[in-house]
Amino acid sequence: MVDTRPFLPVSSHAGSDPTGPSENRRKPMKLQLSIFFVLLTVGFFAALLTSNNGSDNGFVKENEHGSLASPSSEKQLRPVSRGPAVGVSEKSNRLFAKDNENQLAYPWNNSMLSWQRTAFHFQPEKNWMNDPNGPLFYKGWYHFFYQYNPHAAVWGDIVWGHAVSKDLIHWLHLPLAMVADQWYDKNGVWTGSATILPDGKVVMLYTGSTTENVQVQNLAYPADHSDPLLINWVKYSGNPVLVPPPGILDKDFRDPTTAWLTSEGKWRITIGSKINKTGIALVYDTKDFIYYELLDGVLHAVPGTGMWECVDFFPVSKTEENGLDTSVNGPSVKHVVKASLDDDRHDYYSIGTYHEKNGTWIPDEPKIDVGIGLRYDYGIYYAAKTFYDQNKNRRVLWGWIGESDSEAADMQKGWASVQSIPRTILFDKKTGTHLLQWPVEEIESLRLKSYEFNQVKVQAGSVVPLDVGPATQLDIIAEFEIDKEALEKTTGSNVTFSCSSSGGTIERGALGPFGLLVLADDSLSEQTPVYFYIAKGSDGKLKTFFCNDQSRSSVASDVNKQIYGNLVPVLEGEKLSLRVLVDHSIVESFAQGGRTVITSRVYPTKAIYGAAKLFLFNNATEASVSASLRIWQMNSAFIRPYPNNKESQ
Amino acid sequence: MGNQNLIERTCKQTPFYDLCIWSLKSNPESRDASVKKLAQIMVDSLKTKATETLDLIDELLQDGLALDPEMQKALTSCAERYNVIIRGDVPEINEALKTGDYKFAAKGANDAAIEANSCEIEFPTKSPLTDMNKVVHDVSVVAASIVKIIQTKFSF
Repeated sequence: MVDTRPFLPVSSHAGSDPTGPSENRRKPMKLQLSIFFVLLTVGFFAALLTSNNGSDNGFVKENEHGSLASPSSEKQLRPVSRGPAVGVSEKSNRLFAKDNENQLAYPWNNSMLSWQRTAFHFQPEKNWMNDPNGPLFYKGWYHFFYQYNPHAAVWGDIVWGHAVSKDLIHWLHLPLAMVADQWYDKNGVWTGSATILPDGKVVMLYTGSTTENVQVQNLAYPADHSDPLLINWVKYSGNPVLVPPPGILDKDFRDPTTAWLTSEGKWRITIGSKINKTGIALVYDTKDFIYYELLDGVLHAVPGTGMWECVDFFPVSKTEENGLDTSVNGPSVKHVVKASLDDDRHDYYSIGTYHEKNGTWIPDEPKIDVGIGLRYDYGIYYAAKTFYDQNKNRRVLWGWIGESDSEAADMQKGWASVQSIPRTILFDKKTGTHLLQWPVEEIESLRLKSYEFNQVKVQAGSVVPLDVGPATQLDIIAEFEIDKEALEKTTGSNVTFSCSSSGGTIERGALGPFGLLVLADDSLSEQTPVYFYIAKGSDGKLKTFFCNDQSRSSVASDVNKQIYGNLVPVLEGEKLSLRVLVDHSIVESFAQGGRTVITSRVYPTKAIYGAAKLFLFNNATEASVSASLRIWQMNSAFIRPYPNNKESQ
Repeated sequence: MGNQNLIERTCKQTPFYDLCIWSLKSNPESRDASVKKLAQIMVDSLKTKATETLDLIDELLQDGLALDPEMQKALTSCAERYNVIIRGDVPEINEALKTGDYKFAAKGANDAAIEANSCEIEFPTKSPLTDMNKVVHDVSVVAASIVKIIQTKFSF
């Protein structure tokens, strides 16, 4: 089992003999030290490099991979030994071995670090950001608020940052919206959501961490409702409006949602929490956002999922291709419950039915209930929040994308985290179980020169360069067709596949992996594959996986090298389709129209600036693939302070 | 004596039992401590060890011309990493433990382990910091494990 948490040096089994500690107690100091030494090396490698041995053996195999750079190479790669499931004993001693010249130990230089800054993803000018807060459209502007540390590039001293845009892409920074100036939010002005009232006014509910570190909910509203920029905010004089109810601990009560109307004309919100290890969503009704009644029971609960952060609850249409206001309900509507699980730092959603009378929700498929089923994104993506965009009648999703490098690099470069490109959310009518996410159409305004490639044939075991000029700011739309004969002739097997426990793209199957190599240098010493892997079961059924392989994304040793991804449903008659946004150190990729999405942070040392290239690749053993692509160079979004010196941060 | 059990049970769930026991028991505040307090004690230990290591690095750097350039470069880089542990990771962990947003405590602790290890691999030949890097790494890992216990069991 792979520990999917980046950089966690130990999982329950990593790197250590489970009986080790008790035996060590009786051994003399010197022996203890050497045992610790071994545990250190093994434990550390288990953390950094995951169980697939991919990256380190990748170094060893580099020269062989390098030979793939010739377009018509048919060179067969030796399958890489995967090593023991928990790790890494084959190469653990390389951690301290000085003979591995491929292991990069020199610090990041400014050129590499400044390249990492994105061109068209939202990020503040400097310092740390996390959760999206209170997104809304108001008087002609899209508003975005966010958790922000004004002092450092690590989490802490959290306040609300603020920015506005006309199109969800070109953002202008505004002054901080709320700071920690009250006893009830002194230790943190945390996440919250906006509700637009029928008369057009806005109210904001947010979590404050009090001077005693109790999590409470507070009400705030614009100081001047006629100000389209909503610069100044007032906190309600009677805050907090909610404190942890009986049975809920002081530190398990946060992130209130946007409110929706009940049939009785009251407003209803939900707040995530937990009881022991069961994640829950509490429900409150209110008429005025000041006095609340806690409903009996909860909106929903799932045992074993732990604390539910950033709960989101919203309707989707089963039939229409547009978003729905949060208060909409009816027979052609399904409701989504989403939670960010504190325990594994992933965002999960589930589709089901809302029972308005008692404020409960039941999943359509309990097997893929909240926290145990589908994720918005199989990469680095958390604390997501949607809002109903009444301007364009769509539901838009924001998600926080953290860093997967070391904090030393973050502190050196002076910033950490970006937001995903906002995505529209739609119910996937074809599967009935998934949501579809897609970058908002306004991003197309950044498209510059385009390149088209039609039916490019990529033979098994080959790489094809795609000449698109600079390859660090791209919008790629691709379709793949796999050789039908190979699909039919390949023998199926019982072996189960998963992106994260696979060997990455050096693990060759009959029908995969194939896809794109982004942020790759000419020699492919650094490369980030975004790809499909088709597995055929012994019953002849095909399963398609969609993965991002970071194991060779950088020769630097202090970045995340995991392989992300999941199954992607591919229906009869569908071609394999892919959209990839490359923007310096972030890659967002969408398979099958957004049915499965993966976001990665990538930190190359060589595949940067003009040296970053794009390739097609096919590392399958039996099938050839043909790809058709349209690729655009992307302009910068020129995200900057609002043009008025008095008002910029 | 009464809290012995909690300390032992907690340390058994970390990969470096002896180090965990020693670090906690040598601090008198562990006597009646909750698991959250044990985590805080571990973080204090991390800060102490990291500061000691940084002091050693500074001393070694003062050898100046006597150092070969590669050693100098590695030590300078290590100093940066240890500054990050002390001024970045430790405050982040402490604020997260205090306010209960535990995932940021885990993040800071895990990062400290990475920084210690990254320092160690800076040295092309023999590292003068191996033992200290190992201690800082292991203490960070123990702290991260205790945070995990807090997160996934009951709130403290």
